[in-house]
Amino acid sequence: MLNLTYILIILLLPFGNFLLLGIGSRKISQPFSGWLATLSLLVAASFSLLIAYEYFVVTGPNNGIYPSIELFRYPWLVFGTKLTIEMSWVLDSLTVMMLVVVTLISAMVHLFSLGYMKGEGRYTTYYAFLGLFTFSMLGLILAGNLFQIYIFWELVGVSSFLLIGYYFTKPTAIAAAKKAFIVTRFADLGFLMGILIISFYGETLDIATLIERLTNTTTAQSMAIQTAQWMGISALTWGLAMLFIGGAGKSAMFPLHIWLPDAMEGPTPVSALIHAATMVVAGVYLVARLFPVFQLSESILQLVTYTGIFSAFFAAIIACTQTDIKRVLAYSTMSQIGYMMFSLGIARGDDQYLGYTASLFHLFTHAFFKSLLFLGAGAVIHLIHSNEIDKMGGLRKYMPITHISFLIACLAIAGIFPFAGFFSKEEILLATYHANRPVFVMALITSALTAFYMFRLYFSIFWGKSQPTDPHHTEGTATMKIPLIVLMLCTIVVGFLPFSAWVFQGGSPLASHIDWKFSLIPLTLSGVGIVLAAYFYRKPSDRASEWALVFGGIYRAASNKFYIDEIYRWITQQILFPLVGKPFAWFDKHIIDGTVNGVGTFVGSIYYFIRGMQSGKLQDYLFYFLAGIAAWMIFFFYIWK
Amino acid sequence: MNHIPLQHILFVSTALFFIGMYGMFTRRNLITLLMSVELMLNSVNINLAAFNKYLYPQQNAGIFLALFIIIVAAAEAAIAIAIIIHLYRSHQSIDVEDASEMKY
Repeated sequence: MLNLTYILIILLLPFGNFLLLGIGSRKISQPFSGWLATLSLLVAASFSLLIAYEYFVVTGPNNGIYPSIELFRYPWLVFGTKLTIEMSWVLDSLTVMMLVVVTLISAMVHLFSLGYMKGEGRYTTYYAFLGLFTFSMLGLILAGNLFQIYIFWELVGVSSFLLIGYYFTKPTAIAAAKKAFIVTRFADLGFLMGILIISFYGETLDIATLIERLTNTTTAQSMAIQTAQWMGISALTWGLAMLFIGGAGKSAMFPLHIWLPDAMEGPTPVSALIHAATMVVAGVYLVARLFPVFQLSESILQLVTYTGIFSAFFAAIIACTQTDIKRVLAYSTMSQIGYMMFSLGIARGDDQYLGYTASLFHLFTHAFFKSLLFLGAGAVIHLIHSNEIDKMGGLRKYMPITHISFLIACLAIAGIFPFAGFFSKEEILLATYHANRPVFVMALITSALTAFYMFRLYFSIFWGKSQPTDPHHTEGTATMKIPLIVLMLCTIVVGFLPFSAWVFQGGSPLASHIDWKFSLIPLTLSGVGIVLAAYFYRKPSDRASEWALVFGGIYRAASNKFYIDEIYRWITQQILFPLVGKPFAWFDKHIIDGTVNGVGTFVGSIYYFIRGMQSGKLQDYLFYFLAGIAAWMIFFFYIWK
Repeated sequence: MNHIPLQHILFVSTALFFIGMYGMFTRRNLITLLMSVELMLNSVNINLAAFNKYLYPQQNAGIFLALFIIIVAAAEAAIAIAIIIHLYRSHQSIDVEDASEMKY
C-alpha cells in the first residue's frame, strides 16, 4: 500500500542525519556517525525501491496513465484570494524515478565514503552535509509547487557549496565553492524571475494547476500570458526563458557551465552524488516537470535544443584534452546533460514525446554509470593520491574490481550494447533523427567523441606503463568495493527496464524499440572512438602528443577550455567591476554609510557637549538641582501663570 | 505674642535657608554639608510653624508637619553619617572633592 508514511520516512531520515550529526559533530565519534548515516540511507533507498515497485508494478497505470498522487497539501502562505502558496508533496512517475535515483546513489555514496573519507577531519560534518543534500534533493523532486521547488533548489545549492568547500584550507577549493555558488545563484535569479512571471500570469504557484491553466487555451490566464508582450516576445516565452536560465545554471549548460569542472575540488564521492548523478540534472528535471508548459513555446524548445547540443559537443571536445581525471568526468557529465536537454527540446512532431522519455531514461541510466565512474575515479585517487592521469597507468593489476566496473561504466557511457547507456542513447538518437537532422549529426559526432575520451581515460588509468605504487596500498576497504559492484550491476541491468512504459508524456506510453539497423551507425562510431583511444593510449607512446601537434591551435584552445574562464574574468574585471561595481561601491560607501555615520557623529557630538555635566562632583549636581527648581519656579510664577 | 510681625519670622527663615545653601555650595567637608542641610530643613520648619500660628491659629497641621520633618531629619542624619563613615573607610577622607569617581 502506497502511503505518506514511506515518503515521510525517506524524507526525514536524511534530514534527521543532518540535524543529529550536524549538532553532534564534535561529540559523535568517527566510524559511528558514518555507519548511522549510511544505514539510514540504505533504509531510505529500500523504501524508495519499495515505492517504485508498488507504484509501477503493483498499482500500475490507471487507464494507461500513471496517476499523480498528492500526498499532502497545506496552505503555507496566504497572501489573498489571488495568491496562496501551498506546500504540497506530489508523487508521479517522474518523481518515483527520481526518488529511486537519489536515494540509491546517495546510499551508495554514503557507503563508499566510509572507506574514502576514513581518517579525514570533520568526518561527521561531512555526513551531516550529505544528509542535508539528500534531504534537499528529495524535497526538490517531491515538491508540487514552484515556490517549494525554488526553496529546495537553493538548499541543494547551499549543500553543494558546503561540500565543494569541504577542504576549506585549500584555496582552490574555497575559490571553487564560491564560483559554484555565485554562478548558480546568478542563474537562480533568472529562475526566480521566471517563477514570478509565470505565476503572475498563471495566478498560482501550484504546478499541476499551472499546467492545467496554461495548456488550456480558453482560460483567462492562458490568454493573458500569451498576449502580454515585452520587446515583441510574449510573457510566456520570457518566463520560460528565465526558468530555463535557472535550469541551465544548475545543469551546467553553456555558458553557465564554468562552475562544474571547478566543483571537482570537493571530495570525489560528493562529485559522484551531486555533480554527476543528482543535483546537476535538476535543470533537466525542471524542464521535464514543466514540460507541458515548455511545449507551448516553440522558440524556447529551440533554445533548449541548441543549448543542449552545443553544450554536449563543446564539453566533449574539452574532455578529450583534459588531464585531470575528475575534470574529464565533469566535462563528460556536462556533455551527457546536454544530451538530456536537447532530447527534451526536440520532443514533439510526428514521433510524439519520444525525446521526453529518452531524456529521462538517459537521466536515469546516466546517474548509475556516471556515479560509478566517479566512485571508480575516487578509488583510483585514493590509491594514487593524485588526480593527474600522467601519474596513473597499469592499475588493472592492482585494482581488479575498480577496473572491471570502470570498464563497464565506460562501455555504458559510450553506448555499447548491452549496457544501460546504449538503450537510452539510442532512444535519444532515434528521437533526434526524426525531429532534427543537424542536431542528430552533431549528437552522433559527440557520441563518438564520448567513446574516445572515456576510453582515453580508461586506457591511461588501467593500461599503459605501470607506475610504481606503494605495496601497502590496496584497492580499498569492502565498503568501497560494494558500491562499485552494486552500481556496476545496476549499469548492466537498468537498460532492460521497460522505462518507456513507465515515464512518458502525453496520453499513452511508447513502445520501447531497438532498431538494429538504426543502431549500426552509432555503434560503429563508438567502436571507432574506442579503437582510436586504444591506438593512442593503450601502450605508452608519443602518438597522442604527435596528433595533438597536428591539431595545434584547436588542441590548445580545448585544453584551455576555450578560454571561457578567461572571458568571464575579463567581463567581470574589466566591465562589471569598474562600470557597475565601483559606482555601487561608491554609493554604498558615501551615501548609505555616510548617512549612518552622520547620524552617529551627530549623536556623538551631542554626547561630548553634555557629558561634562556628569562630573561626579556632589556640589555640581546640587547646583543643577537648585537651578532646575529655580527655573521651574520662574516658569510657573511668571510665564505659565 | 502678636507684636512680632510675620515678616520678621519669614526673614529669619529665609536667611537660614540661604545660609544653609551657601554652606552647601562652599564647604567641602561632608559633615558640614550635613549641617547645612539641617539648617535648610529648620528654615522650612520655622516657616511651617509661623504660618500655622499666624494664619490658622485654631489648627495645628503645620506644627505636626514640622515635627514630622524633624523626625525624618533625624533618620536622614543617621543614614548620612553612616554613609560618611563608610566613605571615610574607603577614601580616608570625607572631602566631597575626593569622592568624584561616579562620573562619565
